[in-house]
Amino acid sequence: MDSLLFLIFAAITVICAINLVVQTHPISSALSLIGVMGSLAVLYLLLGGEFIAAAQLVVYAGAIMVLFVFVIMLLNAGGERKKPRRLWPRYAGIPLLFLFLALMGYVGNRVLPPSGDVTFGSFVGGSAQEIGKRLFTVYLLPFEVTSVLILIAIVGAIVLARKEID
Amino acid sequence: MQLWLIPILPLAGFILNGLFGRRLSKAAVNVIAVGSVLLSFLWVLKTLNSLGAFSGGLEKAYLEHYYTWIQSGSLNISVDFAVDRLTAIWLMVVTGVGLLIHIYATGYMAHEGGYYRFFAYLNLFMFFMLVLVLGANYLLLFVGWEGVGLCSYLLVGFYFLEKFATDAGNKAFIVNRVGDFGFSLAIFLIAAHFGSLDFATVFAKVNDMPVESHLGWITAASLLLLVGATGKSAQLPLYVWLPDAMAGPTPVSALIHAATMVTAGVYMVTRSAPIYLHSAMALDVVAVIGIATAFFAATIGLAQYDIKKVFAYSTVSQLGYMFVGLGTGAFSAGVWHVMTHAFFKALLFLGAGSVIHALSGEQDLRQMGGLRKSIPITFWTLMCAGVAIAGVPPFAGFYSKDAILAAAYEHSPWIYWVGVVTAGMTAFYVFRALFLCFFGEPRGHHHPHESPPSMWVPLAILAVLSLGGGYFFNIPKYLDPMFKVQEEAPGSEWLMYVSIAFGLGGIALAALFYLVSPGIPDAIVRIFSGPYRWVYNKYFVDEFYDSAVVSPVVDGSRELLWRVADVEIVDGAVNGVGKTARAIGSALRLAQSGYIRSYAAWVVAGSILVIAFMGLRGEL
Amino acid sequence: MPLPPLPFPPTPPLTWYLALSAILFALGVAGFLFRRNIITVFMSIELMLNAVNLSFITFSYKLKQNDGHIFSFFVMVVAAAEAAVGLAIILTVFKNRQTLEIDEVSSLKN
Repeated sequence: MDSLLFLIFAAITVICAINLVVQTHPISSALSLIGVMGSLAVLYLLLGGEFIAAAQLVVYAGAIMVLFVFVIMLLNAGGERKKPRRLWPRYAGIPLLFLFLALMGYVGNRVLPPSGDVTFGSFVGGSAQEIGKRLFTVYLLPFEVTSVLILIAIVGAIVLARKEID
Repeated sequence: MQLWLIPILPLAGFILNGLFGRRLSKAAVNVIAVGSVLLSFLWVLKTLNSLGAFSGGLEKAYLEHYYTWIQSGSLNISVDFAVDRLTAIWLMVVTGVGLLIHIYATGYMAHEGGYYRFFAYLNLFMFFMLVLVLGANYLLLFVGWEGVGLCSYLLVGFYFLEKFATDAGNKAFIVNRVGDFGFSLAIFLIAAHFGSLDFATVFAKVNDMPVESHLGWITAASLLLLVGATGKSAQLPLYVWLPDAMAGPTPVSALIHAATMVTAGVYMVTRSAPIYLHSAMALDVVAVIGIATAFFAATIGLAQYDIKKVFAYSTVSQLGYMFVGLGTGAFSAGVWHVMTHAFFKALLFLGAGSVIHALSGEQDLRQMGGLRKSIPITFWTLMCAGVAIAGVPPFAGFYSKDAILAAAYEHSPWIYWVGVVTAGMTAFYVFRALFLCFFGEPRGHHHPHESPPSMWVPLAILAVLSLGGGYFFNIPKYLDPMFKVQEEAPGSEWLMYVSIAFGLGGIALAALFYLVSPGIPDAIVRIFSGPYRWVYNKYFVDEFYDSAVVSPVVDGSRELLWRVADVEIVDGAVNGVGKTARAIGSALRLAQSGYIRSYAAWVVAGSILVIAFMGLRGEL
Repeated sequence: MPLPPLPFPPTPPLTWYLALSAILFALGVAGFLFRRNIITVFMSIELMLNAVNLSFITFSYKLKQNDGHIFSFFVMVVAAAEAAVGLAIILTVFKNRQTLEIDEVSSLKN
């Protein structure tokens, strides 16, 4: 059951990623990226990262990607113009890519030590309670520093994007 | 005893005149320049008097130590001044004759530009000369040696707007340099071999050594010292600068190239007498060079028409005599001749300056004549100098020259015979010059006037010294503690008579040629036109040096050292560094394509490399 | 209903997650290198960050600690800040150049 879920959502992830790279208009790429993030959130759940999965959906898919979509809408630049390019690299590259991936997979299988299986629910450290405990005791300083980081980012973004007062 | 005041007073004059002379009046410059030398002379008198130099004292050297100059390993060189009887003679001559010439120069240079500069250089020269004679070690002597060479260059090239003057100054300095190189090598040898440069230490050590009969250290050192002396004292083969140095003002010729600087070589050899006495060959070399120079220069002087050049070659010749004196072991005779020569040669030059001044710059004897009525004081004083240099007894030149010739006969008779012939020639050419100048009909177009007192008073004083200097100052007796007086062999009075005869004969011959029948010289010139041409052109020595030494050096320097070594190699290397840097920069510049995707590609490639590297090394 | 025999194990081994992370990262690099629209390049960067996040969570599962989760959290924070500032820069570039082609923004050339 776990494998099936993994395979389905992994496939969605990969297809959306390929779509992101291949599409001409950035809005299509943005929507594909949202798909990637969604399926990744499910995979995080499978690995026991409840908090992270939620954060992924809320922060990444819900805020960052919305920001992307807004900017694309604002700029309204249109898709990439197709450059005239030769066709034969494209047709030669895909089998090469598969070959490369198969090779990496084989090497990885030989090199990597045998690892355990991932069972849903066997890792309980990913809950909000556990994460919160770590975040506010061991990792307190980085946590506070990130707030400063966000502040800097806000200021930077405002300064960069404002209209000049004529 | 404050010996340091003796040279410092002229140095102060140099500094004051050098810095402020431009704004001072001529009278103020005179006071500073002449006053400093006068004070130095008086201080010399006082010091020598307190040391007992005039009353039979000062048998051993009196040393004043000031400070340690160089201390390197075991070599210790300090700034010390020392006075012994030899130094005393030189101090008196330098400051005394120097004072007279300074006074003369105030009159002679009165209408020249650069007045304060002249006296500043003259004072600087006095400083260096006094350091030279007062120094108690070879290095201080060398400092003074180089310094007087520098001042000679500055003063010979005084009229620096004339090319022949600057060329002469260069020649003087460069030829001197060749001699100085030999002198430096000698100093190195002495320092290496004796471990010290102090006169006292070196001479004590060398006196403990046996006389060297082969070409060893001592002989090498003495020969190298002699090379230095030939440069400074204008002996063969480095005499060529002295005649050209007549391009300087006449007081310079009198002071530097007659009375003081050129005698520095004689002083140095005399001072190094212990070294020379311990080498069997060196003294012979000195004597041979001396007599050869004396003869050679006298022959050239026979045919010259520029009055200053005649006296210049005469100086070279008389310096040769001094070296003969030294080389035959009669050191005090040589020193005696230094003193008497200072008197009459300075007088000759100053008198020539007076004549030139009277004729408003004419120096060619062929344009002079019949001046004895117009400038009588100059005439009579120059006559005194003439009889002194000719060796007519009982005047100054006779005593010193006779002492030298007697010692020469004791050593090697052939030197004596060449010496008396040269004495005859000396008398001849000096009186030739005097007769051409003062007798006969006026040949030039000038209106001669007598010189001012500032000029003829020193002439008169020098004339008195030239006449009586030999009789009253018996130098060999004075230097007896240092160099034992050689007893005259009995029955050797005929040497004296022969030399007197040659001297008087020379005067008579000159009178014959130039007073009685002036046609004879022209006839001789026509008959012996070949040899005459050689003599008149100074045996083409300058031309020979030019083609053998100067041109190869200059051309080699220009073609090889400048074009190749400097322009191509050095500049090429330096420019090449710049060019290489630029080339590398141009190549690296291409990496900055401004093209973000290429930067991205570089980032990815770099990170792959890093990961691969770490993975392969097993640290991933 | 019993499932038919599947060619894969019932629970996915850890290596599959890592392989997925690698594939996503490679796709992100490809998009980063080969696309010409600045915004698409930016999104490829976000894809790379996500792939790395997955890797962190995977290893955190393996090591039975939640440090990986926390690191992943911080990655998200930084990605957010970076996205904000980066998009502001893109806006400025568009205002000045009127183009989003990455090849045209090359006035620092040589």
